Amino acid sequence: MELINKSRVKSPWLLHYDGSSCNGCDIEVLACLTPIYDVERFGIINTGNPKHADILLITGGVNKKAARVVKNLYEQMPEPKVVVAVGVCACSGGVFHDCYNILGGIDRVIPVDVYVPGCAARPEAIIDGVVRALQVLAAKTDKEAVV
Amino acid sequence: MGRITAPFGPQHPVLPEPLHLNITYEDEKVVGLSPAIGYVHRGLEKTAEKKEYPENVFLVERVCGICSFMHAMTYCMGIEELMGIEIPPRAQYLRVFYSEISRLHSHLLWLGLFADAFGFENLFMQYWAAREKILDLMELTGGQRVILSSCAIGGIRRDLNAEQIDTAQGVLMQTEEELKRINPVMLNAYTVKQRTVGKGMLSREDALLYGAVGPMLRASGVAQDLRQTGYAAYRELGFAPVVETDGDSYARALVRVRETCQSIELARKALERLPEGEAAVKVKGNPDGETMQRVEQPRGELLYYIKGNGSKNLERLRIRTPTFANIPSLLKMLPGCEMADVPVIVLSIDPCISCTER
Repeated sequence: MELINKSRVKSPWLLHYDGSSCNGCDIEVLACLTPIYDVERFGIINTGNPKHADILLITGGVNKKAARVVKNLYEQMPEPKVVVAVGVCACSGGVFHDCYNILGGIDRVIPVDVYVPGCAARPEAIIDGVVRALQVLAAKTDKEAVV
Repeated sequence: MGRITAPFGPQHPVLPEPLHLNITYEDEKVVGLSPAIGYVHRGLEKTAEKKEYPENVFLVERVCGICSFMHAMTYCMGIEELMGIEIPPRAQYLRVFYSEISRLHSHLLWLGLFADAFGFENLFMQYWAAREKILDLMELTGGQRVILSSCAIGGIRRDLNAEQIDTAQGVLMQTEEELKRINPVMLNAYTVKQRTVGKGMLSREDALLYGAVGPMLRASGVAQDLRQTGYAAYRELGFAPVVETDGDSYARALVRVRETCQSIELARKALERLPEGEAAVKVKGNPDGETMQRVEQPRGELLYYIKGNGSKNLERLRIRTPTFANIPSLLKMLPGCEMADVPVIVLSIDPCISCTER
């Protein structure tokens, strides 16, 4: 068990979901995975399966229909897990904050650990957010080990 | 024989965005499907009525992060027509330049995602590495990587200087060389052909019947591209649409590959012939009346309907985007195909869900 805890922080798997964003942040999240920025050097792999994921990257202000999906994905992820809100819409609703269908921020739906601002969030900022998420993940792992 | 219905999406590994299809399979064959959209609906058209018309430029840019410049340009063209503003020729040429580099980055993005959909990860990385140079160019000229905010009512917000134009020419030339190296792999590799040739057939008649637009329509043999209407500076630059006749996923990839080369050529031509003078004019007054604007977006025809009432707020803004028009054709193509080909065919329409649902 200790080995798993130790290695989790060295190779976290990442799940990305578009919760009603404009696409700008999503393509920047994908850009992080490609050669120029390459988050794989931190041992991070993009997965499509929530049951394999440790970090959840969410973009967008979340509408009512997407909220259910976001909640489902979050609940399907195994503990410990970290949520990163990417882009200003995910943090607070951004330019869409007064749209009738937008709840305004991921933290209205699920608990968020790291906020990455920007419209669209730059790949450097997203990588910084993910690295911070790793610290949170390490802290959560320690806490779980004590219990 | 037993039938099962399984959901495709909203969260699916090949989709960067949430599209939901309920697909009914009989063994491995698709026999029926129904789409469900609404995961990205934000209500932008209504919000645009609450904001003042110059602020809306920033709002419509965020209809879609990939083709944000096209949205801003179409909106600005509409408002300019309502207010009778004549924009300077330099702005027209710069609009062509920005449109073409937006198209270039969108097509490279799609070619990468398409390669990823059939598991060719190396090609995905190659295309995205080439695309990064275009994003750097956008940052150099517009100040941002994806959402440029370069277009303003009355022209272009930030004029280019001689040094920037030189760099842009250099980057475009480099990208052309780079693509000469990558494109043959997309077009000739055995694995690519195995997964795309003959998959997702759409005949010329069906394309017209179901109202397909953009590269979808052109891959089925219809030479229709709104750039032929000569908005901005396309009339002066000269333009002929790219057409293929096979109507399968491979033909769609081929149209987009050829369009990337065409975009580079148009963007370079626009910079070479860039007229001297101001890049924007001052705007006074409020829009009144109604107008319809059509622009060729990377995915096809984009339509804006704008109605003003002489006040700072618009009375109605209606946006019709290309992916919405291409979904009926997708529903035509999928039945009868194999389960494993569904992701490739869905991706071949270049779905942009945030545009579709606004």
